[in-house]
Amino acid sequence: MTSSIGMRRVRGSAAIVAAGSLALVLAACSGGDGGGGDATGGGDATGDGGGDTAEGIDCAPYEEFGDLSGTSVSVYTSIVEPESDQQIASYKPFEDCTGVTINYEGSREFEAQLLVRIQAGNLPDVAYLPQPGLLNTIVTQYGDKIVAAPEQTAANVDEYYDPKWKDYGSVDGTFYAAPLGANVKSFVWYSPSMFEDAGYEIPETWDDMITLSQTIADEAKAGNGAMPWCAGVESGDATGWPGTDWIEDVVLRTAGPDVYDQWVTHEIPFNDPQIVDAWDTAGEILKNPEFVNAGLGGVDSIATTTWTDAGFGILDGTCWMHRAANFYATQWPEGTNVAPDGDVYAFYLPGDGTSKPVLGGGEFVAAFADRPEVQAFQTYLSSPEWANAKAKATDTGGWVSANKGLDPENLATEFDKLNAQILQDPESVFRFDGSDLMPGEVGAGTFWTGIVNWLTGTDTQTVVDTIEASWPASS
Amino acid sequence: MSYPAIESTTLVETADGGGDERRRGRLRRSKIAERSESAASRLSSPWASAVAILVAILWTIPSVGLLVTSFRPELDIRRSGWWTGLTGPFTVQNYETAWSGSGGLGPFFVNSFVITLPAVLIPITIALLAAYAFAWIDFKGRNFLFVAMFALQVVPLQVALVPLLKAYVDMGINGTFWSVWISHAMFGLPLAIFLLHNFMKDIPPALVEAARVDGAGHVKIFFQVLLPLLVPAIAAFGIFQFLWVWNDLLVGLTFTDTGSRPITVAIAELAGSRGGQWHLLTAGAFISMIVPLVVFFSLQRYFVRGLLAGSVKG
Repeated sequence: MTSSIGMRRVRGSAAIVAAGSLALVLAACSGGDGGGGDATGGGDATGDGGGDTAEGIDCAPYEEFGDLSGTSVSVYTSIVEPESDQQIASYKPFEDCTGVTINYEGSREFEAQLLVRIQAGNLPDVAYLPQPGLLNTIVTQYGDKIVAAPEQTAANVDEYYDPKWKDYGSVDGTFYAAPLGANVKSFVWYSPSMFEDAGYEIPETWDDMITLSQTIADEAKAGNGAMPWCAGVESGDATGWPGTDWIEDVVLRTAGPDVYDQWVTHEIPFNDPQIVDAWDTAGEILKNPEFVNAGLGGVDSIATTTWTDAGFGILDGTCWMHRAANFYATQWPEGTNVAPDGDVYAFYLPGDGTSKPVLGGGEFVAAFADRPEVQAFQTYLSSPEWANAKAKATDTGGWVSANKGLDPENLATEFDKLNAQILQDPESVFRFDGSDLMPGEVGAGTFWTGIVNWLTGTDTQTVVDTIEASWPASS
Repeated sequence: MSYPAIESTTLVETADGGGDERRRGRLRRSKIAERSESAASRLSSPWASAVAILVAILWTIPSVGLLVTSFRPELDIRRSGWWTGLTGPFTVQNYETAWSGSGGLGPFFVNSFVITLPAVLIPITIALLAAYAFAWIDFKGRNFLFVAMFALQVVPLQVALVPLLKAYVDMGINGTFWSVWISHAMFGLPLAIFLLHNFMKDIPPALVEAARVDGAGHVKIFFQVLLPLLVPAIAAFGIFQFLWVWNDLLVGLTFTDTGSRPITVAIAELAGSRGGQWHLLTAGAFISMIVPLVVFFSLQRYFVRGLLAGSVKG
């Protein structure tokens, strides 16, 4: 292992030295081949794993689509390396069953490029839409390009998913897109060892959590230890979104899921008193100078702290709690142990102690072709077979699906299992991230900027009034 | 370079001329000398040097920051600014991961060469022929065509992206290297033709006419008379086009697919699905910067000469 890294380093520097001449091209070629070789090696390893699972899956559901061997399906997504390797590995059982080749393409510019490609007619067969709002846009603007999900896929979704998920994949009563992966946002990250050393319990209700925060804050004021909360909402041109998740989580807890649904669909205005309440409840933590921003500055430093790094204070004891989604697990520096007895772990953001609302997100599989192989692939992706294959392929963890057929035992880490439990718990009331459901002008616009203004001193009423005024008239 | 040349021409004039001419020549000479002296003293004043150094430092700081950051360990990059890490610790881990990790830049580095070389050669070849025709072949509507062609330079390339993509999809060449080569050639051509045409126009017509009198055809004139004189101009445009194509993200992003992506697109992907790997970006940027730097420094002689030659020839 060490020697191969050494060789790579030699190759890399050789390429750099030789730069500028034809020799560079050759050296870079050999370097490229080396990289390619490594990649294939990794692919083989996962391929073997996939081969094992292929024996386990039942090919019968795909036989009704006819003989598909030799055909191919192109997939366009926003999931790039390294997560995409696991996606590709999870298609292996399907490819083995049917002989279909899946051509995978991931891009971080997915959301902009997909619309360009739709306009130009350069359509992928299948695209993974990271939010229902985008599905809505595509159906409204390019309704003739997107095709509805086949009935086999719909049957899978009916059987294995909460009905709410099917709603999110439908527009005007037509079911287009089956859910794929899921993420759970209602988490508070903490350090198990810090909690244990101080004798603190994981809070079971919101009030417990505020009491605990106050205890920690009092200790901090007395000079013992850190302030309770750290937070950060800076995220480049999407600055503010981590704050919208905070608000949505609190709306679910103070006003309830029904009001939440009315809020995101604009049946009640954005500045409804119940929503203002929720903002103020969130403000008890986020705008309380005794609670935030642990190790990073005052309340207004939340607006300028990068969301990816905001929770790092937990690792060195300068912060106690950080509310962030399950995918924050992959943000921790390499070598961080995410486990109930490790360096960091997360607990469910508590509510009133009886109901269990869960805020989350996920991708949806939209198709732009109705060829049998595309429909067979859509059906595979909505099946428990795929969910389990993906779980096994994701050996590093950090992935979960809301598919009820997913066996949590197949997931790689304790934390993923916790996620699956929360998603599959019949008590859980799942709601999709509201800013992804609202019109783009609000959900990816004034709601984000509103968060920044709110954190930097504007009062709640002014902020919600401004956002309400920006809601597009037609919706 | 240019000062001695001017002085020698004035000297020749003074030697040739009679009394009045000589006085005028001397007057002219002293004026020029005066001007060059004042320019020289202005340029070498300590204040000017101080300002120049200050500007140079200000312009270099961001690059130095990038360089320092690219050698820092991941956690340091995420938690503190580069100015706190000037004394180390340093690591090449970022370069290793960026070059050969999952989604590493290695193969895309090669792609960038495959894209860039034809994307420079195609417009130069076409532009040389077009510029020759515009400069030395008299045909109807020449000026109109030339202005129309150059007017294309004002059209922003962004408006062409979707229609072009549509055309490539219809032609079935989308996602191959051809679509990128053709796009870059198209977007580079107006400037290339304009530059080379102006340069060719500056070559004394007598030279071309003499060759024609000697019985040379267009082909012979082009290859044996004009081409050797054009080397600096070609090099200048070549550098321009090389830098522009190598650093291009938009065209690469729109017209390539996974297998044919240039390094710039790969660097943009390097940060990972949710941007969690952004500490690799500085290392990626430096890997990509090496080639333009080498090209620029090895060809800068031509670059400066090409720019100057275009303006003082004649």
